[in-house]
Amino acid sequence: MSVKPSVGQPVSRLEGRQKVTGTAKYAAEYNVPGLLYGYVVSSTIPKGKILNIDISGAKALEGVVEVLTHQNRPKLAWFDLQYADMDAPPGTVFKPLHDDEIKFNGQPIALVVATDFETARYAATLIKVDYQQEGFETCINNSLHKARDAKKGLATVLKPPPPKPEGDFKKAYEAAPFKVDTEYRHSPEHHNPIELFATTTVFEGEGKLTIYDKTQGTINNQVFIANVFGLQYKNVRVLAPFVGGAFGSGLRPQYQLFLSVMAALHLKRNVRVTLDRQQMFSLGHRPQNIQRLKFAANESGQLTAMQHSAFVETSSYEDYTEVISSWSHRLYPSKNTLFEYKVVPLDLSTPIDMRAPGGSTAMHAIECTMDQLAYKLNVDPLELRLRNYAEIDPSTKKPFTSKALRECYQQAAERFGWNKRNPQPASMPRGNKLVGYGMATGVWDAYQFPSRVEAMITAEGKLVVNNAVTDIGTGTFTVMTQIAADEFGLSIEDVTFNYGDSKKPFSMFQGGSSMTSSTGVAIVIAAKALKEKMLKKAKGIKGSPLAAASEKEVVFANGRISLRSDPSVFISFEAIVAANKGQAIKTTNMGKPHALKLRKYSKMTHSASFVEVEVDKELKIITVTRAVTAVAAGKIINPKTARSQISGSMIWGISKALHEESIVDETLGKYVNPNLGEYHIPTHADVNQLEVIFADEKDELINELGVKGVGEIGLVAMPAAIANAVFHATGKRITKLPIHFDELLE
Amino acid sequence: MNSFSYLRVNSTREALNAVAADSGASFIAGGTNLIDLWKYDLSHPDLLIDLNQVDDLKALKSTGTGGVRLGALLSNADTAYHPVIESRYPLLSKAILAGASAQIRNMATNGGNLLQRTRCYYFYDANSPCNKRSPGSGCSALKGYNRIHAILGASEECIAVFPSDMCVGLAALGAVINIVGPNGDRRIPFADFHRLPGDRPDIDNTLKKGELITSIDLPAKGFEKNYSYLKLRDRHSYAFALVSVATGLELEGEIIKDARIALGGVSHKPWRVPEAEDLLRGKAVTPENFAQAADLILQGAKGYKYNQFKIELAKRAIVRNCMMALDPSTQRPGAQPSL
Ligand SMILES: Cc1cc2nc3c(=O)[nH]c(=O)nc-3n(C[C@H](O)[C@H](O)[C@H](O)COP(=O)(O)OP(=O)(O)OC[C@H]3O[C@@H](n4cnc5c(N)ncnc54)[C@H](O)[C@@H]3O)c2cc1C
Repeated sequence: MSVKPSVGQPVSRLEGRQKVTGTAKYAAEYNVPGLLYGYVVSSTIPKGKILNIDISGAKALEGVVEVLTHQNRPKLAWFDLQYADMDAPPGTVFKPLHDDEIKFNGQPIALVVATDFETARYAATLIKVDYQQEGFETCINNSLHKARDAKKGLATVLKPPPPKPEGDFKKAYEAAPFKVDTEYRHSPEHHNPIELFATTTVFEGEGKLTIYDKTQGTINNQVFIANVFGLQYKNVRVLAPFVGGAFGSGLRPQYQLFLSVMAALHLKRNVRVTLDRQQMFSLGHRPQNIQRLKFAANESGQLTAMQHSAFVETSSYEDYTEVISSWSHRLYPSKNTLFEYKVVPLDLSTPIDMRAPGGSTAMHAIECTMDQLAYKLNVDPLELRLRNYAEIDPSTKKPFTSKALRECYQQAAERFGWNKRNPQPASMPRGNKLVGYGMATGVWDAYQFPSRVEAMITAEGKLVVNNAVTDIGTGTFTVMTQIAADEFGLSIEDVTFNYGDSKKPFSMFQGGSSMTSSTGVAIVIAAKALKEKMLKKAKGIKGSPLAAASEKEVVFANGRISLRSDPSVFISFEAIVAANKGQAIKTTNMGKPHALKLRKYSKMTHSASFVEVEVDKELKIITVTRAVTAVAAGKIINPKTARSQISGSMIWGISKALHEESIVDETLGKYVNPNLGEYHIPTHADVNQLEVIFADEKDELINELGVKGVGEIGLVAMPAAIANAVFHATGKRITKLPIHFDELLE
Repeated sequence: MNSFSYLRVNSTREALNAVAADSGASFIAGGTNLIDLWKYDLSHPDLLIDLNQVDDLKALKSTGTGGVRLGALLSNADTAYHPVIESRYPLLSKAILAGASAQIRNMATNGGNLLQRTRCYYFYDANSPCNKRSPGSGCSALKGYNRIHAILGASEECIAVFPSDMCVGLAALGAVINIVGPNGDRRIPFADFHRLPGDRPDIDNTLKKGELITSIDLPAKGFEKNYSYLKLRDRHSYAFALVSVATGLELEGEIIKDARIALGGVSHKPWRVPEAEDLLRGKAVTPENFAQAADLILQGAKGYKYNQFKIELAKRAIVRNCMMALDPSTQRPGAQPSL
């Protein structure tokens, strides 16, 4: 019996048991000997200068080992460039404890290090700070006059500015028989992973550190620490074996890492720094934004002109950007386009990517505008999408490597029962409630980054695969194990995938739904090389029955290489390694996108969401009663973990549409709800029936695996589908997110 | 370190003595509010007097006059799920179960629930002006983000609301609070327990220093046939009320013999307007009559920048909840709107 292929099977998370039984250890749970505890003191003003910082009370406290501030911190790297991590936007990186300047509320201004956490936290309350406060601005509505183009830099490669205008937007828009002119606004959001940000730095002797960190990129943080503190790369090891959610907040090195390392090097001790929930609101966030759209169509409902202008918050020191205004033209053809993106600097910390950054922001505005246009045209919203269906990417005029969006529309609409919709708003009562149906399209990039994988067959005939990638809860560990197992015809029990460790071969940080394609493909490449090597060794064994066999004539399965024509002729993996003097046979290879070939194509994932809401007739309370999302994302390696990604994103979509927001008090310049009691995300009572469909999408061009990634696409269409359903239920169009039910009260 | 002493007491007498001897002492019951306040650096007890071993305070018994006495240390969950409460005071049971989460209700006690502090954002942020936290520093909510704030009975000094659900039910029922203290025992009618902020928003209620709540008396009449609790909020569970309503009706056919309506989420105390209840007496159970009562209850309501909606919402909520009270079997979990 040969081993059943694992890819395509709904394999449960391999680390699931560890997680639910509490044996999985997170960054703040490594209790090394002599550990010291750091507690961060945060600024209480949004902008200004520290005039005086009195640490005497804290220093005098028993158990306090050190208090570091901008005045007494150790000397650090001088050049900004050395602080620039792989995800740093253009600008001047924020350097904790650098000087007396305050750039945002909650900015770290001191680190108390004590022999226990409670002492450190208490000592922090004894530090007295005098500030000179300056005028500040924390609300995009009041700062639009400061809108400007973003500076360009390394980050611009992944986040290009919107494409140049095509045709003559103004003329076409004015001449069009059907048009909509809309504006959408979004509150900021924070990632709020349940695991608090924490770093445990183990001081291994002069210049050498082992760091347990909450991060999405072990190597990104390793390089950052080595550069900033002037250490050798090989002496800095960053580990993140388990990550309790991150959603983008761990893409860049966060300040607890910096402070923990600074203290450890300074004191030559092991130091842990954990942030509390409130402090995590001073990390990055999804930016506030205002989007203005003008779409026009001809009599047959074809788009003739599209304008999308985005005004998006950034900080006073870095030009963070997202891709927002480019999406409509990657989905819908239009001869006349005008796309703009402006940053609006505010006195808040720099935003950072948050699940489907830009995409979920843009598609809410785009797909609500399409809904408005459908009403103007008096055509069904789904029909309008189909009339504007792009067979090739309208923005680049290139074909797609694959695009099963039509299948997504069809399958989800049928499953949902879209044909039962009465197009008239407020026309579908159910008791004291009005029912609304809404739909929207989702689109996301299919990224792939270079990744290096080490693969080896051990003396026991088992497969070991190494890569620095993290698993932020996505199922990466499981999926990589499945891919590797199939390459060698092994069962997943015979495969060990080591990850979450900067000592392992290179992986980018885990973002952009790119890991299955990036590291997954690298595994395939390394496996191919390793198989060649194994066969060569096998053939070299004295009297080898495979001596004459070519690659095509053999099969790797069940721990053996055997002849395809006669499986009874084989050599076991163990025998091959034994012949190699018992030394594991290994290889390290790079997987990378076929850039040259792929330049001719557009690479995207798509989705369609259909949502039913109920809105109470008088009280306006909104309930998402059911939702169906169909996704076209190439091959699905593990339908179980992939489904979790999609249903989890759908819940996030409910959150984004109806609940989630970081409320900024403009007068005080701070977030007023920095805790999970008041930062609302859906509860079980808010989540009803969710269905996920994976449309069949064979993609032989995209990469060796035919995969595209499912981490973000499930979120993209949901907020607009919900907002459109709310409109359909009530006849009232709410153009901001989140939608508060009371906005529907007449 | 944040050091403090801890004392476990076995009787109310012991508790009263201990609290009298230490001006920095604080009782702890479930701790679900006190510990949070402590972590936020808003409360710094130097002695914690743990009431959880005082068995007398955990009883649920008859008042002797037809009512039921709820021990102050009985948990919110044990109260809500008690067969006597479920059958005789389902309004109270529903109100409790609309609050917090299952885990918090398991810890939270009836006495602690009465004394929980406001959820005003600015009160919890030690670095923002707040007259309730530091008298004289100003009210950040007045010009700030006041979506969750008061529309009734507020002052220029404070527009915070009292967040309890349980207490809205108790207010409607007309409970009485039993207190022991250094100057003797007292019984406070529910309406007189919580106070309006006026120029002393730092004082939430009329409990005096050194006093201990022993129990809450529910009157004989429980409105068990026609009752409803409705809670409107930004998600369907685990959020405080923007507006909540407790309604108890006593009916004779279609005619109202007695009515109780209390509002939560709108004021510094559960809001009850006896004139509105008088107005309903002898009237038929029609939405129009309930709407008249609602207008009376909301008389004098004043909204701020972000909470104007509460005035209209409260009116509609009152009418709906009164209609829901006519047929309690239609009610849904989580005090969501039904019908
Ligand atoms: C996240 C969260 C959400 C919540 N949501 C809701 C909600 O939706 N609705 C709602 O109604 N409530 C809600 N609550 C509040 C909860 O109901 C209260 O925290 C709880 O009822 C307090 O009871 P406790 O026993 O824990 O009080 P403790 O925290 O122990 O004490 C509170 C105060 O009362 C004093 N005290 C306690 N018992 C006595 C006594 N017998 N005599 C004198 N003084 C005493 C203490 O000294 C302290 O000052 C929520 C709480 C949290 C944390």
